[in-house]
Amino acid sequence: MALDHHTVKNIARLARLQIDESNIDRYVSELSRILDFVEQMNQVDTAGVAPLAHPQGGRLRLREDVVTETDQREAFQKVAPEKEAGLYLVPKVIE
Amino acid sequence: MNWEPVIGLEVHVQLLTRSKIFSGASTAFGADANTQACAVDIALPGVLPVMNEQAARMAVKFGLAVDAKINRRSVFARKNYFYPDLPKGYQISQYELPIVGEGHLTIDTDDGEKTIGITRAHLEEDAGKSLHEDFHGTTGIDLNRAGTPLIEIVSEPDMRSAQEAVAYLKKLHTLVRYLEICDGNMQEGSFRCDANVSVRPLGQRKLGTRAELKNINSFRFIERAIEYEIERQIDILEDGGTVVQETRLYDPDKGETRPMRTKEEAHDYRYFPDPDLPPLELDEPFIEEVRRTLPELPDAKQQRFVAEYALSHEDATQLTASRDLADYFEAAAGATKGDAKNVANWIVGELSAYLNKENKEINESPVNAKQLALLIDRIHDNTISGKIAKEVFEAMWNGEGNADEIIADKGLKQITDSDAIEAIIDEVLARSAAQIEQYKSGQTKVFGYFVGQVMKATQGKANPQQVNEILKRKLDV
Amino acid sequence: MHNKPLSKIADDLVTKRVSSVELTQYYLDRVAQHQHLNAFITVDPEFSLAQAREADRRIQQGDVATLTGVPIAHKDIFCTKGMLTTCGSRILSNFVSPYDATVIDRLNQNGAVILGKTNMDEFAMGSSNETSYYGAVKNPWDHATVPGGSSGGSAAAVAARIAPAATGTDTGGSIRQPAAFCGITGFKPSYGQVSRYGMIAFASSLDQGGPITRSAADAALLLNVIAGFDARDSTSVQQPTPDFAAGLDGDIQGLRIGLPAQFFGEGLDNSVERVVRAALGEYEKLGATLIDIDLPNSALCVPCYYVLAPSEASSNLARYDGVRYGHRASDYGDLIDMYMKTRAEGFGGEVRRRIMIGTYALSAGYYDAYYLKAQQLRRLIAQDFEQAFEKCDVIMGPTTPTTAFAIGAKSDDPIAMYLNDIYTISVNLAGLPGISIPAGWDDAGKPVGLQIIGQYFDDAHVLNVAHRLQTATDWHQRAPVGAE
Repeated sequence: MALDHHTVKNIARLARLQIDESNIDRYVSELSRILDFVEQMNQVDTAGVAPLAHPQGGRLRLREDVVTETDQREAFQKVAPEKEAGLYLVPKVIE
Repeated sequence: MNWEPVIGLEVHVQLLTRSKIFSGASTAFGADANTQACAVDIALPGVLPVMNEQAARMAVKFGLAVDAKINRRSVFARKNYFYPDLPKGYQISQYELPIVGEGHLTIDTDDGEKTIGITRAHLEEDAGKSLHEDFHGTTGIDLNRAGTPLIEIVSEPDMRSAQEAVAYLKKLHTLVRYLEICDGNMQEGSFRCDANVSVRPLGQRKLGTRAELKNINSFRFIERAIEYEIERQIDILEDGGTVVQETRLYDPDKGETRPMRTKEEAHDYRYFPDPDLPPLELDEPFIEEVRRTLPELPDAKQQRFVAEYALSHEDATQLTASRDLADYFEAAAGATKGDAKNVANWIVGELSAYLNKENKEINESPVNAKQLALLIDRIHDNTISGKIAKEVFEAMWNGEGNADEIIADKGLKQITDSDAIEAIIDEVLARSAAQIEQYKSGQTKVFGYFVGQVMKATQGKANPQQVNEILKRKLDV
Repeated sequence: MHNKPLSKIADDLVTKRVSSVELTQYYLDRVAQHQHLNAFITVDPEFSLAQAREADRRIQQGDVATLTGVPIAHKDIFCTKGMLTTCGSRILSNFVSPYDATVIDRLNQNGAVILGKTNMDEFAMGSSNETSYYGAVKNPWDHATVPGGSSGGSAAAVAARIAPAATGTDTGGSIRQPAAFCGITGFKPSYGQVSRYGMIAFASSLDQGGPITRSAADAALLLNVIAGFDARDSTSVQQPTPDFAAGLDGDIQGLRIGLPAQFFGEGLDNSVERVVRAALGEYEKLGATLIDIDLPNSALCVPCYYVLAPSEASSNLARYDGVRYGHRASDYGDLIDMYMKTRAEGFGGEVRRRIMIGTYALSAGYYDAYYLKAQQLRRLIAQDFEQAFEKCDVIMGPTTPTTAFAIGAKSDDPIAMYLNDIYTISVNLAGLPGISIPAGWDDAGKPVGLQIIGQYFDDAHVLNVAHRLQTATDWHQRAPVGAE
C-alpha cells in the first residue's frame, strides 16, 4: 500500500504530530514500506477466524464500588507544566 | 409543503455510584478542582482501569426496566481523540457490543400512547471539565468528573415533535430516578441530552440530513432548541438550500442554535477493543439478582393507582412522576380514614403549590404524609371544613404543630350542633327581611348571602353542609 | 562478590557477612566504573543508600524476606515514586513519578534496594537500545555492538555484573533478545503473571514484565517477589502463585522438546544454528527427546505484530500531550499547535513512525484490512502453539537469528530491525512464557541465546528446564572481559 502526501499529513494531524513539509517524502516512503511489509498477512486466509484481542482470553473482573483514593492533587501537580488554582492550564479552547 | 420533523435523542446519564467507573476516586459533586482526580483519572503513565461492578449493575437495571436485551458479553472499546479534558487521549466506551441492546419506552402524546424505540445503552466514562473563565487567555482543566460512570441511551429516530422529545426525555428522567441509578440533576450535568434533528417532506421515507444539538441542560431549553432547529431547517429547505450535517450548540440567551467551532474537522475515532479490559461477561445469576432489585416502575404504579385508589389518569400520572411523591401519596392514603381521592387532591393541589413556591422536593416537605393524613381525617370526621383545612395546612407548613393542635389552639373546630347552627341562622334571618323578600321573588342567588352571613357569624366554623340544609329548609317553606 | 548467585547474596546479607549499605555501595561503585556502557539513565546513590540502611535495620530486627537488602536495577519503564521515570523518552524527561509500579512496590515491601533506572529503547520500541533519548547502550561483550533491546540497559548491567539482577519488559522479545545478545538469562512470564500496573504501556495486550538475571535460579527468586495477582490490573490472572524456585531441580528425563521448522529456516545465521544445536544435544544428554514440530503461521508473526503493537501504542501514547505532566513545547500558538509541537519534539523517530502506522491501521476504512486481519492471524498463531503442545512439553530454538550486530548497522532500516524478533514475537502474541538462556558463543565470540517456550502458566516448568541446563553447563557463568 503506497501512501500519498495527503494521507500522511492526515495521519500526522490525527496523531497530533507536527511534521515538516520537507520530511513528508521520507515518511511517505518509510510508512509505505512498512505497510507493504505487514501486508504479507494477506498470504493467510483468515476468513471466518474470530479475532483474538486478549491473549488466552479471560473475562473482566469487577471491582466493588468503594472509594479507595484520597486527594493527591499537590503531588500530581508538582510535575504539571502549567497550573493555577488547582487547574491544569492549556491554550484557550473555543467551542 | 408539509414537513415532518424526525428526532432521535442521545441521553447521557451519570450513574450514582460512590466511586468512578474505572478507579477508586470519589464521584461526589462540587469538590475543589482536581482533588477527586486520582492517578488513573489523570492518566499518569502506567496506570490501568478496573471496572466498577455497581456501574454494570445499574446499566443492567436500566436495561431490564426498558425491557431491553441484556448482552451477556459486552466489550469496552477505546474512542480515540485529543481534547484537554480527556486525559488518556481516548475515552473508554462501548462500541460494537454494548451492555444493553434494543428496548423501548412508552410516552403519552396528544394522540394517545406512543412507543419510542431504544436502540442501545452503553457504559462509558465521563470526561473532565474545561473551564473557560479567563485564566490569562487560557482554559483551566478540572478532571474531577473524568471517569464518572455514564450510560449513554440512544433512541431510535421515533419522535416527530419537540413535545414528543420532551415527553420521552421526562419519562426517561423519571425512570432513572425510580431506578435510583441517577440523581437526575440537570444543572449539575447528571442527566444530559443531545438531539439529532432532521426534517423531511411528509410522506417521504428517506431521512433528511440531520444536525446534532449538543448538551442541552433543561427540558425547557431542549424544547426550544429543537423547535428552533426544526424551523431553521424548514426555512433552509423552503429557500431551496440544503441542510449541512453538523454539530450545533444551543444558546439559551439568544434562543438559537449555532455551529460548534471545535468540531469542525471530520472525526475518525479509531475505535478498537481496549486491551486493558477483557470482555464484560454477565451470567444469569447476576442478571437475576439485579432483576430482584427492580422497583415497581412508573407505568405499572400509575396503572395500579388508577385501579386501586380510583384516581384519574392525570392525578395518577402526576403522583407517580417521582418515586418519593408516589410513596408519600401511598403513605398518606394508607394512614387516613378519608378518601384516597382527597389525598390525591391535597397533594396535587395545596401541597404541590407550597412545594413549588419554595422550590422544595417532596422529601423536604415540612408536612409529612402522616401529618397530612391527620388533617384529611379531620375533614372526613367533620371536625373542620375543607376551607378551614387550608388555613390549618398553612399553619402546619409553618411548623405550628399538627392538625389537632392547630385546630384546638386557634379554636377552628367546626360547629356541627344543629341547634346551635339553627339559632345563628334564625338570628341572621331575623335581620335580613329585604334579602328574604328577594329570595322569595325568585332571586335565588341571594342564598349565598345568607350562607356568608352565617359563616361570618361563626368565623367560618359552621359545617357548610348543615348550614345549607337548614337554610334551605327555612327559606323554602 | 558480583558473581555470586542471588540466593548467596541474600544469604550473605541475612548472616550479616555483608551489610546492604556495603553491598549497595559496592554496586554503585561498579556502576560508576562502567559508565561508558551507558546502561543507566538515573542513579541516585542517596536514594539507594537510604533504602539500604532501611534494609539493614530490617535485617537487624530479623524481619527478612527473599531479597531484603539486595540491590536491583529497574528498566526505566517502571514508575518509581520520587525518582525520575523517563521510559527512554524526551517527553518524560522531567517526569518524577508520584507513585510506584506494583513490581517496584512488591520489591520495596520485600526490602530490596533500587540500584537505579536502566536505559532502554524509547517507550520500549526497538531491538537495539539505539532509540533511547539518552543514547545507545554498549554491549559489554563488544562495545561496538548493541546490547539488544528494548531492555538493553538492564541486560548490559547484568552482563557486566554491575547489577546483581534487573527487571525488564518484553512486548515482542525485549527481555529475551537483549538477554541473548548479552549472554545472560531473560525470562518473559506468561501474560497476566506479573502486574502491568505502573509499567508504562507500549502494547497492552503484549507487554509483560520479567526478570533479567545471570541464571534461571536467580530469575525464579526475583519472579517469586514480583509475580502474582494484582487487583489494579484487569489482565492480571487471579490464581495462586507457585514458588518458582521450588521445582527448579525437577528431573527432565523424558522431556519432549519441540523444534519448530520455522525457527531453523532461512535467515538463521549458521554459527548461531550450530551453537543452538549443540545446546540441544546437552538436553538429549539430560534425557530429553527432540521432536520436529510445525508453527505454520509463525513466519507471519512480525507483520502481525507490526500492526497490533503500533495500533495499541498509538492509543497508549495519546496521553503524552503536555497537559498534566511531561515535556511541553516552549513555543506554541493555539491548543492544537501545542499538541503537535509537544509530541513532535517529545517523541523520537521510531516512536513517531509507530504512532503513524498504528493511527493509520485503526483509521476508518483500514481497520478491517489491518487491525482486524492481524487479530485473526494472532488467533491462528496462538492455535499453532496449542496444537504443537499436543506433541511436546516445551518448544526450543534460537532466541535470535543472529548475534549482536554493530551499533548503527540497522538503525536506518526499520524492517531489518523488526526481523530481529522473528523468533520471539509469536510468544507474546500467544501470551506464553519464554526464556532466553546462554547457549555458548558464535564464531566471533559473541553470546548466543537458546529460547525455551512453555505452555500458558507453565512458567515454573520453563524455569526448571532452563535451570537443568545451567546445572549441566557453565555458559551462564562466563562474564565479558572487564567484568569478571
